[in-house]
Amino acid sequence: MSNLKNLLSAGDLDRDFAIHLLDVAEGMADVNDREIKKLPTLRGKTVVNLFFEDSTRTRISFELAAKRLSADVINFSAKGSSVSKGESLKDTAQTLEAMGADAVVIRHHASGAANVLAHSGWINGAIVNAGDGTHEHPTQALLDAFTMRKRIHGTASAGKGLDGVKVAITGDVLHSRVARSNLLLLNTLGAEVHFVAPPTLLPANPSNWNAKLHYSLDDVIDLEKPDVLMMLRVQTERMNASFFPSEREYSRIWGLNGERLLRLKDTAIVMHPGPMNRGLEIDAVSADSPKSTVLEQVANGVSVRMAVLFTLLSGERATDVS
Amino acid sequence: MSSRTVLSSDDIDRAVTRIAHEILEANTALQKSGTANLVILGIPTRGVILAERIAKVIEKAEPGVDREQLLGRLDITMYRDDLASNPTRSVTETHIPSQGIDDKVVVLVDDVLFSGRTIRAALDALNDYGRPRAVRLAVLVDRGHRELPIRADFVGKNLPTAREERIRVQLTEADGQNGVVIES
Amino acid sequence: MSANYILKNATLVDGTIADIAITGEQITAIGTSLSGIEEIDCTGLVALPGFVDLHTHLREPGFEQSETVLTGTQAAAVGGFTAVHAMANTSPVADTAGVVEQVATLGREAGYADVHPIGAVTVGLDGKQMAELGAMANSKAKVRVFSDDGKCVHDPVIMRRALEYVKAFDGVIAQHAQEPRLTEGAQMNEGAVSAELGLVGWPAVAEESIIARDVLLAEHVGSRVHICHLSTAGSVEIIRWAKARGINVTAEVTPHHLLLTDELVRSYDAVYKVNPPLRTQQDVFALREALIDGTIDIIATDHAPHPIEAKDCEWSAAAFGMLGLETAASIAQEVLIDSGKSDWARLAQVMSHNPAQIARDEEAGQAIEVGSVANIALVDPTAKRTIIADSASKSKNSPYIGMQLPGRVKHTIYRGYFTVRDGKLSAKGRA
Repeated sequence: MSNLKNLLSAGDLDRDFAIHLLDVAEGMADVNDREIKKLPTLRGKTVVNLFFEDSTRTRISFELAAKRLSADVINFSAKGSSVSKGESLKDTAQTLEAMGADAVVIRHHASGAANVLAHSGWINGAIVNAGDGTHEHPTQALLDAFTMRKRIHGTASAGKGLDGVKVAITGDVLHSRVARSNLLLLNTLGAEVHFVAPPTLLPANPSNWNAKLHYSLDDVIDLEKPDVLMMLRVQTERMNASFFPSEREYSRIWGLNGERLLRLKDTAIVMHPGPMNRGLEIDAVSADSPKSTVLEQVANGVSVRMAVLFTLLSGERATDVS
Repeated sequence: MSSRTVLSSDDIDRAVTRIAHEILEANTALQKSGTANLVILGIPTRGVILAERIAKVIEKAEPGVDREQLLGRLDITMYRDDLASNPTRSVTETHIPSQGIDDKVVVLVDDVLFSGRTIRAALDALNDYGRPRAVRLAVLVDRGHRELPIRADFVGKNLPTAREERIRVQLTEADGQNGVVIES
Repeated sequence: MSANYILKNATLVDGTIADIAITGEQITAIGTSLSGIEEIDCTGLVALPGFVDLHTHLREPGFEQSETVLTGTQAAAVGGFTAVHAMANTSPVADTAGVVEQVATLGREAGYADVHPIGAVTVGLDGKQMAELGAMANSKAKVRVFSDDGKCVHDPVIMRRALEYVKAFDGVIAQHAQEPRLTEGAQMNEGAVSAELGLVGWPAVAEESIIARDVLLAEHVGSRVHICHLSTAGSVEIIRWAKARGINVTAEVTPHHLLLTDELVRSYDAVYKVNPPLRTQQDVFALREALIDGTIDIIATDHAPHPIEAKDCEWSAAAFGMLGLETAASIAQEVLIDSGKSDWARLAQVMSHNPAQIARDEEAGQAIEVGSVANIALVDPTAKRTIIADSASKSKNSPYIGMQLPGRVKHTIYRGYFTVRDGKLSAKGRA
């Protein structure tokens, strides 16, 4: 089993290791159901949440995960710190290193920022990518896979992958780190990935992507009959850049509504990484239906992030070769 | 490397039977409610198997015992003090009987008692699940070399060993055969 | 008068072995058993006309923390260059006679290579108003090449007028072909790798559409146009078509676009961030072929020094550009000679003769002949060197660090003066 130093990309995980992480997360989920929701495992370790981009959801999920493992948590956000005054990533990283951070959870607007941090030699702590630009968001992919596995296999999830599960991811695939990380992890776990988007929101050259690309959500629902329909958040600034003509048109063609929801398989689930634009990519009926896993995803996020922090911070740190 | 068998399959069976009866005896002395307030928790991996075997003997001796409330398992990975130096261990399931462990007599079961650190971690873990009336320890083999003030209440066999020797406990359920071997 | 130097047994580009006599600034004899004051054994070394770089960023004035005219021309000398053309994107921008004359003067004082300033096409590189091209042409710097490099002259009317205007003094516009709207926020080649990495793509069409437009404009107004740093197979096709049609276009390729691909971006190491971006292997093959068959006229380095902090950061915050002067000849050798597909004569054309000709620089790029200016690069083609961060440039942003490249410039003679001897840079420039 590979020993992981950092979690930068969902592609870092081979099948055995990904399943191992999901299994560990099962154990963590049990802890989250206990009365005393705390483990002493990472006592004395320091986890820094280094957020160059606002994301309260992701930050508190990591914060809770670290705290439930008894780590000390420092939140370092770009706003109101020297980072907003032009301090470089390098200086920030070296400062955290000098303070003895054992793990740095980084969210950054630049694709590859976590990779740069991990391979620069500025910092020895473990690096967890909590979303870098339009590149990746590996813990989101893990929590999504965890959620799918739980819905499909229930209590018998341990040790299982997602073989043969058909997942349709719909929306702004081009700019989505969630889509990229899910693609890699779902491929690794044996799922079949379909992307559905307006042509403007798909990459110009997807030849390295092991996924089927579609323009019509209706066709995918009716012909592919997906087990999982994941709706991606649409950023309204895309509209101003002519990626699609109007919110109304987007919603009509690519949004999930009650009528489309009814045409899904009985066992199908509806996912969304949040925060949702209700009425744009997903309507209230769909978001609140029993098929929706939105809140489970949030809860599972804590378990999965506990598993990641535990795995990275226990055991001898692997020496980084790259 | 040389190895010698110190406990045969039959020796193990006898030890398990004896421990089960000792547990019952001690329990009766402590509480009048019989096995109703007794909880046996195995520590993965082989402690779980031994706990199951002990529970079977108890069931035979005390028909009508509620197995569901008697037997559980306690994973202590997250409570270890050597996570920094040991390769990551897999976290396995913890199962505590539905009535919990408050005011119960809990018997922890493990295969080998050595430094005592595993049991220390188990005591910490128990703390997070409730407040037992008493905690006892049953082990198949006590090989000495304690690093903490911990002792076993029920011991299958005391085996004086050198620190560098390895004790290998094999149980049919996990290893395909029964036996305890010293390797040096 | 006896010769100052005799280069004994040098190999000429046609393969013959001869002694070369240098007296003062000139090559005064080529033959056998020549003698002179000092004889230098050049057995096994190829004598090439001193290289001419049509695309160098010397950064002075304004960005002296990255490079100065002195350090830039020292790096040039190490790479076998005896003339460089300094791009206009300095601060202040080289858009007036005053700035270009200053740069030319700094070059003369440094004494490591001829420094020819390139004038900006538009005031402040802003693309709006034509700079005083005539004043720069008529200044002591005698500017003949004009470029807004780093930015594209994207306004078709400005481009048309500039192409027409420079005909008055046989100038040339060197276009940085990059359609600005198609490359807003662009970080790397748009392709399979950018899709994976989530970096904003830089489509080939953004380069090709400008080249297509500009060759048609050049044809229409009867001007010559030079296209900087071709990076795509499509650009090659357009140039090939334009040349077949008789359009007066010349094209350059950088060493890095002949060698490196966008796969390197996977590391997110900003040393590979460059404008135009590294493309695919297919583009590299097309560029190599075009260099060999004559579609592409020259190799130019686009030597672009940056201080450590401009590269030691996240990809999108990093500056575009990489060093090139000291490694250009090695890459030219790999592509033309070691590939077995071309010869030293072609290397001399693309590295020296053609760029001098495009810039109308009569003193540079002369063949190794009696009467030529003694600008000579002596290359040991059998050497192999692993590139380390010991650049003569003030900056260290070489993408080749750690790579093994063939060939090594052993001596550089600039106007009869050894700027580099036995691989070592002379402590002083030519007085």
